[in-house]
Amino acid sequence: MSAENYILWAIAVPLIGSIGILLAGKAPNIRETITLITAVVMFTMVGALIHTVVGGGRPSVTLLEIFPGLDITFTVEPLGMLFGLVASGLWIVNSIYSIGYMRGNNEKNQTRFYFFFAIALASAVGVAFAGNMLTLFICYEVLTLCTFPLVTHSGKPEAMKSGRTYLGILLSTSIGLQLLAIIWTWHATGTLDFKAGGILDGKVSGIAVSILLFLYMYGIGKAALMPIHRWLPAAMVAPTPVSALLHAVAVVKAGVFTVVKVIVYIFGYEFLANSLTTNWLVYVAGFTILAASIVALRQDNLKRRLAYSTISQLSYVIMAAAILAPLSVMGAVLHIAAHAVGKITLFFAAGSIYTAAHKTEVSQLNGIGRKMPWTMGAFAIASFSMIGVPPTAGFLSKWYILMGALEVEHYFAIGVIIISTLLNAGYFMPIIYNAFFKEADDKNYPHADHGEAPLPVVIALTATAIGTVLLFFFSGLPLELAHQVVGK
Amino acid sequence: MELPVEIPGLLNYWIVIVLMMAGFYVVISQGNLVKKMVGLSVFQVAVFVLYITMSKIDGGAAPILDDAIKQYSNPLPHVLILTAIVVGVATTALGLALIVRIRDAYGTIEEDEIIELERNDD
Amino acid sequence: MSVSLSAHLPAIQVVLPLISAPLCVLFRRNGASWLIALIVSWLSLGISILLLEQVIANGPISYLLGSWAAPWGIEYKVDMLSAFVMLIVTSVGSISMIFAPNSVNSEIPGDRIYLFYTMYLLTFAGLLGITITGDAFNLFVFLEISSLSSYVLISLGAERNALTAAFRYLILGTVGATFYIIGVGLMYQMTGTLNMTDLAMRLPAVAETRTILVALGFVTVGIGLKLGLFPVHVWLPNAYAYAPSVVTAFLAATATKVAVYTLLRIYFTVFGTKIFAALPIDEFLLILSLIAIVSMSAVAIFQNNVKRLLAYSSVAQVGYMIIGISMVSVTGLTATILHLFNHAMIKGALFLVLAAVFFRIKSVKIEHMAGLGKVMPYSMAAFVLAGFSLIGVPLTVGFVSKWYLILGALEKGWWPVAGLVLISSLLAVIYFWKVIEAIYFKTRPQDAAIIHEVPITMLVPMWLLVGANIYFGINTELSVGAASAAAKMLIGGAP
Repeated sequence: MSAENYILWAIAVPLIGSIGILLAGKAPNIRETITLITAVVMFTMVGALIHTVVGGGRPSVTLLEIFPGLDITFTVEPLGMLFGLVASGLWIVNSIYSIGYMRGNNEKNQTRFYFFFAIALASAVGVAFAGNMLTLFICYEVLTLCTFPLVTHSGKPEAMKSGRTYLGILLSTSIGLQLLAIIWTWHATGTLDFKAGGILDGKVSGIAVSILLFLYMYGIGKAALMPIHRWLPAAMVAPTPVSALLHAVAVVKAGVFTVVKVIVYIFGYEFLANSLTTNWLVYVAGFTILAASIVALRQDNLKRRLAYSTISQLSYVIMAAAILAPLSVMGAVLHIAAHAVGKITLFFAAGSIYTAAHKTEVSQLNGIGRKMPWTMGAFAIASFSMIGVPPTAGFLSKWYILMGALEVEHYFAIGVIIISTLLNAGYFMPIIYNAFFKEADDKNYPHADHGEAPLPVVIALTATAIGTVLLFFFSGLPLELAHQVVGK
Repeated sequence: MELPVEIPGLLNYWIVIVLMMAGFYVVISQGNLVKKMVGLSVFQVAVFVLYITMSKIDGGAAPILDDAIKQYSNPLPHVLILTAIVVGVATTALGLALIVRIRDAYGTIEEDEIIELERNDD
Repeated sequence: MSVSLSAHLPAIQVVLPLISAPLCVLFRRNGASWLIALIVSWLSLGISILLLEQVIANGPISYLLGSWAAPWGIEYKVDMLSAFVMLIVTSVGSISMIFAPNSVNSEIPGDRIYLFYTMYLLTFAGLLGITITGDAFNLFVFLEISSLSSYVLISLGAERNALTAAFRYLILGTVGATFYIIGVGLMYQMTGTLNMTDLAMRLPAVAETRTILVALGFVTVGIGLKLGLFPVHVWLPNAYAYAPSVVTAFLAATATKVAVYTLLRIYFTVFGTKIFAALPIDEFLLILSLIAIVSMSAVAIFQNNVKRLLAYSSVAQVGYMIIGISMVSVTGLTATILHLFNHAMIKGALFLVLAAVFFRIKSVKIEHMAGLGKVMPYSMAAFVLAGFSLIGVPLTVGFVSKWYLILGALEKGWWPVAGLVLISSLLAVIYFWKVIEAIYFKTRPQDAAIIHEVPITMLVPMWLLVGANIYFGINTELSVGAASAAAKMLIGGAP
């Protein structure tokens, strides 16, 4: 098969799989088998593209022309390659995890759950492989809409309320700001293709660049820049596999991925560096990092704490890209992968605790490390990655971001990174310490005699925890792809 | 045809305006549905007069092929207005039919009373 | 088809529904009347397609009625724009006729059903006549044929409010039509002609006179009343809400579209773009429609009756079309004409779903629609997709129109307009989502009657329109192609 076919299949396989899931709705075992097979085949299709892309190839396939001169095109370039690999690879692990979690908690409407999950993955990879901004926007919107039923899965009033926040913020930013920015770009340049070095140079200038950047950055609501971050904590009402894969990986990474894509391929970071009025983004992102970390410190609900941690980590990527130094852009690319593996592990652990012990609050976790050593061990490793302790993936990306900031002597960014590292440690370390070294104080708790979570759950979270470490030692592929993104 | 007094040239147009405004005012101000229809008819008739007036030429006769007639009025607006009159009659008939049905359904043809009843329906 | 017959297609297009209407009365059979309406609608659709093909291949068609030469006789004229609008009217008509029998039989007393189809055919003939005629006064006649019959159609609604809604529409509609003929009369007074092409040639010489400017004003207000232009839209919400369900679907998708067509025709074919320099009516329309798209979308949010909710949304959507007109640019008019087509597909589909809902639960109130997603899955899925199109989600037709409208605004440098259009779309998300939540996330009350999905004869037409929403959202060749060709023709001034 040619590389073009792999692209099409990578998107088509989960869509076909979703139909299979619907048809097999009455037979859970077949349904879950289909999900797993779909995930594996999809990952294989995405993986088959690595060779071409690393070799400098940019396979591209055009489906149809929507407007004269504007097509639905998928083109794989290094950044999309990396995001596609992360999303589809983690889907396999997440599917194993889902089986344990959904059955362990007797969730209703599981067919709907797996169906929309498959579509969400198809659109996430669509975002990754989008060859122009229109295609990206279409996949981005599909991703928003098909994750709504997942967020509101339980159908309870508070889930509905959160669902409204989720959809309201994501749709209003994308339709109200991003679409305007896209049409403006099209109007100004006559193209929406992603090109190395950007397409806007010489087409817009002065304050317009800053306004356009504002429209894009706040139009990409999935990147959760403050103050449009509220949808992410709201989305935590979803079942944990959704929070893990979608709201730590696919959806939020689609957001920051789009941010990097826009900065690198629409504006071109050299063009932005020469425009004086655009450095506000570093400050907004820096503020988001610190503010979200401080809010995370005060959250007792584990998933909400993780959500605010995600907001802060997403802004790392945005800030790194906005520093506009090649090394920091590389750091941004690496952080997309590093944070994905780490954060999914943390969510897996949170879901594991909920399934086994029915606990959701940080204050309930004293001594739980002894009953659930695998879960809390994985949690600890992933936390180290979040903080940036070697040998974990988080160290690697933080290193590049810092190097970039030092290169251009951006002291604000350096300061933010240092303070936020301390804050990260501040909200993760106590959990680990209490889990392992404090006595359990829940003798009267009805579920006190629990052990580890179901096996699929443990397998999944162990795998991603190991992945966090492996990514540090075997960082050749991500580094190579990141190199190619900045073209150095 | 000789008239005892000379009519100012634009008199017809003034009549059109007065009729039109009067009809329109009745449509807007009257709460009684039948009176509204009356106003609507007056309003339409004003337009008929407008068309007929514009076709009239000083000293023009009916458009008959005859050597004695040198000048005749434009017949086209008359024909157009024949059509418009038919439309007007149809509108009035339909409007009155609706009023009959409204009276059956609501027991009144006063608009404010109908609005009151409709509010209670919801 | 023989050559002689195909040369007479423009006349057949109008005459066919016109003479088949009395046939229904003669038969006095409900089933036969439906069959006649169905066959005539589909034949007209066929004729529309043939005419569009002829126009694309050979340019505009001029047909002289009774062979009286224009400008003395009445000329029928088919160009890109009228062929396109005819395609909209006939396709919605034929699709809603497949849908009609179940819905009509359940909503209209048995002894009046054949009259319903009679009136439908007359409305249909009137709407087609408006699009095809090249004569300003003849247009008035067709306008009244379609209006009078649609008053009757609306008054056939099940609740008594339908009567008052029809009566109010009759008053305002008649005032509108009368305004229109006043305008036409003034134009005739200055030029001595009623043929649109001929008017277009003679008007520039007198364009600056006060009479012509007054004529323009009268015509604008007159047609504005018909198309539901804010703030003279007051008849529309009740008329749509209380009319029989199929009527709402048909009228919402066609009647306002044809009125917008008339406005386009009068402004750009008859007056020409230069008239806007003499009277800034474009700015006047822009301001009104900006208020419309925001305020009417906001009002829609608070509606409890979904038909009325969508009616207010229609007023807002008409605002989009008028914004396109007020741009007086090729992109703007492309957006308007595209939206004529796209909005017909969207609202046709949505109102057909509501007709199906009414067929099953005898209500279209939001609270009564709770939990329908489970019991009527196919209808509700159609509703969701058509609603996405209304919001303007990518890959649907709604997105395509919005794209062109915003592009047009940016070309003009009208940033606030682009912003308001987007804000109005966000309001659309809110009012639409209210319905979605009720359908999918609320449960049907325990004591509610057990109902099933509607029969296939209702599902197929509904899904045909939904399919069109998606197909033309992805493959825009036909719709954008026809719309931009028509827009270029209008702006170019060539008749």
